[in-house]
Amino acid sequence: MIEILSATALATVQDFGRFGSLGYGVGTSGAMDHLALALGNLLLGNPEDAAAIEIPLFPFEVRFVQDCAFAVTGAACEASLDGQPLPPFWVAQAREGQVLSLGYPTSGSRAYLCLAGGIDVPQVLGSRSTQLRGEFGGLQGRALQQGDRLAALRPGKSALPTDFGVVSPSQALPLQRDGLPAMRVLPAAEYECFLEDSRAAFWAGEWKVTTQSNRYGYRLEGTPILPKAAMEIRSHGIVPGVIQVPHGGQPIIQMRDAQPSGGYPKFGTVIEADLWRLGQAPIGSKVRFIECSYSEAVAALEDNQRYLEEVRRLVELHGLASR
Amino acid sequence: MSTASVSLRPHISLLGSTALLFEAPGELDLAPQQRIWSLALQAGQWADIHEAVPGMNNLMLTFTKPPRDLNGLCERLLEAWEQSQPLPLEGRIVELPVVYGGEFGPHMADVVAHTGLDIDTIANLHCEPLYPVYALGSHPGYCYLGGMDPRLATPRRQVPVISIAAGSVSIGGVQTGVSASAGPSGWNTIGRTEMSFFDPTQNPPAMLRPGDMLRLRIERIIR
Repeated sequence: MIEILSATALATVQDFGRFGSLGYGVGTSGAMDHLALALGNLLLGNPEDAAAIEIPLFPFEVRFVQDCAFAVTGAACEASLDGQPLPPFWVAQAREGQVLSLGYPTSGSRAYLCLAGGIDVPQVLGSRSTQLRGEFGGLQGRALQQGDRLAALRPGKSALPTDFGVVSPSQALPLQRDGLPAMRVLPAAEYECFLEDSRAAFWAGEWKVTTQSNRYGYRLEGTPILPKAAMEIRSHGIVPGVIQVPHGGQPIIQMRDAQPSGGYPKFGTVIEADLWRLGQAPIGSKVRFIECSYSEAVAALEDNQRYLEEVRRLVELHGLASR
Repeated sequence: MSTASVSLRPHISLLGSTALLFEAPGELDLAPQQRIWSLALQAGQWADIHEAVPGMNNLMLTFTKPPRDLNGLCERLLEAWEQSQPLPLEGRIVELPVVYGGEFGPHMADVVAHTGLDIDTIANLHCEPLYPVYALGSHPGYCYLGGMDPRLATPRRQVPVISIAAGSVSIGGVQTGVSASAGPSGWNTIGRTEMSFFDPTQNPPAMLRPGDMLRLRIERIIR
């Protein structure tokens, strides 16, 4: 059990997301950085998709109301337990009464606090993720508040090893263009309906993550993307990663709290394997995009999976060594 | 308004490695929508398909894992479409009172300006049809309605608004619908109603399903 000490808003309980209810209008929600969530869970011996706290605003503090093993992953945010610094992507054992503090990130923008066994909130429609628009899932369907208490499914002194870490996804799977974080994009249905100059400018340009960027979507700023002719499209299903271009020409990338349907013209889709990179791009930072094919998008997912498998093996080795 | 040219053949496109989108040819209409419902029932059973999600004369298939043989899947989908028969779902009829205009219809002026019609005509034309629910989407419990009078068609907004109220009755292109909860939208809101569309503790959680009918009734017009 932990208690939230910060008045920080916007922290939510998330797992991989809610699948199977798109046909009721329910989007998936889920962690903005699936890799960071999976890593934290692997470090604790949890299922990869166990629920954790996603923290987008800092500083952030919690008190352990009882002993519990935990891991902090995602943004490098100078975590400390009762003042003792913890390296990034690290698993540790907390004792009752200890305070975990997360500072301002030096890189990345979202941290994940994972607890042994995962966060114990009820599953709603098959997931523990917070559905903010629908006001269900997570803790009472809302962002966490000061004084909230959350239980772990496996509290107490951990039988598994603690005090070790793993290499971060940004080190293990680097992807940059001209010094900026890059994401691979697969062109979508209306790609050819945009002006050739606009298409070229999209791939060549730098894109700023504006202040109007959140779990619903990232609104980017750069050279406007203009269509050959105005388009009105019938509403259809969409997924996180889809890059919509409203009439104004500034793209909006759908993120994990995105609506499950939409109708603005689609330029492309940030591939699932790279969506975590965007989830870690801070507001005000700049990113670039790289065109890719379907087979490259599938291969990128396999790269992510291989990395998680290596981490799983490493965690098992720690377990053997500590016996 | 500008409308995309009407295509004669179905179109399939990718949504990254997560999903694909099938778009039926022709004008937006109930008969092709009934074939979409039929296609969704079939495709939802296929290997590697997680969900088959009807939209407005289109269908999204999400993948449990990215299919190895994408071309094979596309061919199977086109074949299933060619053989599909309209699935006439006939659900309940639900009546909703709507207040048009004023604070409840913050974008009524834009629809007036675009269509050249006055508020009374807009409200009356909007209430005229018995609207079939074509699909659910957007947010929990939201229903896309087919059959709006084409004279009311108004393009989506240049920039989506950050929030419109629950119960908002709005127009996006030739489509119309009723918001189930407050949230962002790119559509033009012309009125408001009150109804609970979604309860996550119920099975199914959405109150309406494709094939149900909505009858809108003018409660009041604020001029």
